[in-house]
Amino acid sequence: MSANSAPEGTTRLVVGPFNRVEGDLEVRLEAAQGRVEAAFVSSPLFRGFERLLEGRDPRDALVIAPRICGICSVSQSHAAALALAGVQGLAPTENGRVATNLLVATENVADHLSHFHVFFMPDFARALYADRPWFPRAEARFKAARGTAVRAALETRTTLLHILGLLAGRWPHTLAIQPGGVTRGADSRDKMRLAATLRAVRGALEERLFGAKLERVAELDSVAALERWRATGPEGDFRLFLEIAADLALDSLGRAYDRYLSYGAYPGTEAPLYARGIFTGEGLGDVDTSAIAEDHTNARMEGRTRPHHPFDGSTFPDAEDDTGYSWCKAPRLGGLPFETGAVARQIVDGHPLIRDMVRRAGGSVQARVVARLVETARTLIAMEGWVHALRPGERWCAQGSMPGHGRAAGLTEAARGALGHWLRVENGRIAGYQIIAPTTWNFSPRDAAGVPGPLELALVGAPIRPGESTPVAVQHIVRSFDPCMVCTVH
Amino acid sequence: MSDGFNVLWIQSGGCGGCTMSMLCAEAPDLATTLESADIRMLWHPTLSEETGAEALAVFERVLAGDIRLDALCVEGAMLRGPNNSGRFHILAGTGVPTIDWVRRLAAVAHNVVAVGTCAAYGGVTAAGINPTDACGLQYDGRREGGALGAAYRSRSGMPVINVAGCPTHPNWVTETLMLLASGLLDAGDLDVYRRPRFYADHLVHHGCPRNEYYEYKASAEKMSDLGCMMEHLGCLGTQAHGDCNTRLWNGEGSCTRGGYACINCTAPEFEEPGHAFVETPKIAGIPVGLPTDMPKAWFVALSSLAKAATPERLRLNATSDHVVVPPAVRDIKRR
Repeated sequence: MSANSAPEGTTRLVVGPFNRVEGDLEVRLEAAQGRVEAAFVSSPLFRGFERLLEGRDPRDALVIAPRICGICSVSQSHAAALALAGVQGLAPTENGRVATNLLVATENVADHLSHFHVFFMPDFARALYADRPWFPRAEARFKAARGTAVRAALETRTTLLHILGLLAGRWPHTLAIQPGGVTRGADSRDKMRLAATLRAVRGALEERLFGAKLERVAELDSVAALERWRATGPEGDFRLFLEIAADLALDSLGRAYDRYLSYGAYPGTEAPLYARGIFTGEGLGDVDTSAIAEDHTNARMEGRTRPHHPFDGSTFPDAEDDTGYSWCKAPRLGGLPFETGAVARQIVDGHPLIRDMVRRAGGSVQARVVARLVETARTLIAMEGWVHALRPGERWCAQGSMPGHGRAAGLTEAARGALGHWLRVENGRIAGYQIIAPTTWNFSPRDAAGVPGPLELALVGAPIRPGESTPVAVQHIVRSFDPCMVCTVH
Repeated sequence: MSDGFNVLWIQSGGCGGCTMSMLCAEAPDLATTLESADIRMLWHPTLSEETGAEALAVFERVLAGDIRLDALCVEGAMLRGPNNSGRFHILAGTGVPTIDWVRRLAAVAHNVVAVGTCAAYGGVTAAGINPTDACGLQYDGRREGGALGAAYRSRSGMPVINVAGCPTHPNWVTETLMLLASGLLDAGDLDVYRRPRFYADHLVHHGCPRNEYYEYKASAEKMSDLGCMMEHLGCLGTQAHGDCNTRLWNGEGSCTRGGYACINCTAPEFEEPGHAFVETPKIAGIPVGLPTDMPKAWFVALSSLAKAATPERLRLNATSDHVVVPPAVRDIKRR
């Protein structure tokens, strides 16, 4: 296997444990002349959730599947509820749809805040950047666990998650999202409480993260406008990031395939808030889920002879295997790797700034981070509208019954991107349950043709400073994807 | 010897949700809470700057005795498979199974804290066919043993402290660490499954806002109904150990306040109830799981009496998703 034999003249680095990502990650690098020449991304933890689900009452998926992940728990719950609803032929009530959007959005915004403040930015507060003009500010705001912005963001996130306390009992691991809607309705006073919570979050972000109204961030429409924000925009952590990104050329770091997938986020009465589709060099296209397949060639899994559509997939770990280098399968759409996440959602939805960034310089560390912040602003604005749209006194949960046989896919968008559950029910029991999580796409290993996954490509060319054992540029690129490793392999 | 109470945190076969929950600590926030007891994170997967070689250097200094390890916190189940090799989870960058790292570190730790039901007993990671041969640190489900073995004691003489919950409430974890740092937690403060009694001596039923429905056996029949969820919807709140309805989650939440059943997530083997989680198994119409400490004959007698006496208000509200009949307002002068 190429992963185990480095070409001559190259050095090899193994980076791990890779923290400030959710879950466990190892990255192996082959480097020459101070650059990464090849990267191999390994997910070193296997739990086998797909196997845990087999044979159970289908409704148990709402208990088991969220526990795949403590940071995307609500998204996992939503995907499971959608798959169960599909098998039942059930649609949520209008209140159930809107409340579910609020619950999923709350988690996604909380995750974006955690990512920026707790996972990603602290790398710029590392001592190796002490000579940069922005370093004193970065260190004061973002020193890991201690920076003023890190601590303040955790408090803001805690406030935001009160929405899940009120409407869903707790976070993570709620059973509030059901195939027909939600288990807890809201009355008028709940709506006031939700509005107050969102106002507190808006206030905190407008004061410290953006230094401006959320609407101004959502309306950024070009790279030129972003440049103006960097040069003369309001003081805030967003502008500090833009200054750092310009100094370190983060717009030319970490480019992958520029091929994006979004299942569409937050269902509406007609269209989702963020559109569903793919975006490639040929422009926009439809998502053909029948063309999704997982390749096991470099996963330590049986079933390597052909790629598997998830309705037809399997998860048999191969304990004796030493050719695969990850527990992660390699998902492909139409045979090709795709990147997913906020940048994918916003580019598919046609956000002009994100389109412009990717058109000019490709999907980079900077584009991924800016897309997440723009999306944070857009989503919070939408959430305010959803609170307004809740209708006390009307129904919250439609009731259905589970047929003995059926199959359906539950497709949603977690903070990190496209999340799918493919459920097969036979004789009233779960006969098959295959999951493809966002980071399964982004951190996929090579496929049968040797084509690397998006991160594996994005790392090629990353600079390595003399003496670095855990290259900081590699850390920026890896964390720009906001990986969730516990979802990746599940 | 360093000052303060040093904590090293390792994650294995779990979802990271107990850490995510802990970050929700509030009034005061997590950092202030830990500072109040001089608790220091030597390394934490979510919070620390150190990655890769820098992180491993911290582990090595602890093992060498250069840094005192006051508490080893482990989140997630221990994976013994495949074939007892532990290779379903290799600690990234080391080539060594995480279960082996935990055994090494536990040998030098003054206290070991299992954070969450997975680390305590195996939890959801050990559900179904348990493909990874997952277990807890000192329990394998309800049986003592697990990754460290029944005889294990940390340097303080304590067994593994099981802060069970799926996930854990932020304060269950922080208060356990604060009590340890203050020298106020000993073996007598743990219950039969070695959960801290400060939260495990309560039942989820205590403070449940559906108590009036419970008293009159006015039961919810479907998801989103307001009534008691014990009779039909699988709620184990009368048997589950935890202060969820008096402490509350994420502001003003709890599972039953969120409209769904308590699934007894602080208990070993909660992941295999033997029936669908959201359905109450019954024999001759009587729920199989009786309220804690209640003789069956009394439960049956009281239930039938209560059902006969159910006020119309509760009967109607129990199967509605909002209050359709408010409690009558009585003139307090005319008792």
